[in-house]
Amino acid sequence: MNLQPQTFTLTRADLVAYAEASGDHNPIHQDDEVARSVGLPGVIAHGMYTLALAGRAVTSWYPDGEVVSLGAKFVAPVVVPPEGEVEVEVFGEEKGADDDGLLTVALTVLSGGSKVLGVPKAVVRPAP
Amino acid sequence: MPVDDGLVGRSFPPTAAYEVTTEHVRTFAAATGGRYDGGPVPPTYPIVLLFRAMQDFLDAEQLPLHRIVHGEQRFAYQRPVVDGDVLTATLTVSSVRSIGGNDVIATTSEITDADDRLVCIANATLVHRGEDA
Repeated sequence: MNLQPQTFTLTRADLVAYAEASGDHNPIHQDDEVARSVGLPGVIAHGMYTLALAGRAVTSWYPDGEVVSLGAKFVAPVVVPPEGEVEVEVFGEEKGADDDGLLTVALTVLSGGSKVLGVPKAVVRPAP
Repeated sequence: MPVDDGLVGRSFPPTAAYEVTTEHVRTFAAATGGRYDGGPVPPTYPIVLLFRAMQDFLDAEQLPLHRIVHGEQRFAYQRPVVDGDVLTATLTVSSVRSIGGNDVIATTSEITDADDRLVCIANATLVHRGEDA
């Protein structure tokens, strides 16, 4: 069963707020020069920002469910331009329940039409 | 400088106890465009505590944060984290591989509550980008 796709946007200002909230002040998420010095194309979003958006999609699909696991590989950076915003799209497909009633949700997370998360997946205990 | 593979299997000291407050969860949720009205926290919220464990590890190994890129992250919950929880994370290095001039450091952190019960296992891969990568 396919779930309603969710689209989110993010900006450099969001990365600043996220750095403050999460404690992750890695300058590759703030400073183009530092990002380029380690071989990145420019400022990239925290992988955990993108995974947080995937988490938001899952909790919007199962508002009273319990997320039992969530994870992904960070396979491509989400490059965030100095001005304007970048879109992240989250698609979900419910794979059915196991013997304990836990639902596996296979995710697809795209930015600029490319996959940015590898094998993103959530397991949810649905509301009773 | 390659990471020492003698790290494998080593556990680092637990983080200081961290109290989950409604106010901070609201700040975290808002930073990713969401909102928090109490109850279970956003599923990636424990990164706040986990990041401290990772930073302690990087400091101990003298690995500069700006050369680190997050490769993978998974959270497996024993129970939801809720506001008021007092949590501690203990990080163990599970493997170190060298790929294309980068060190790929896999870690497992156990997040426990004030009663020392397991709340969440967090698996993270940290990619240390080499000078020539």
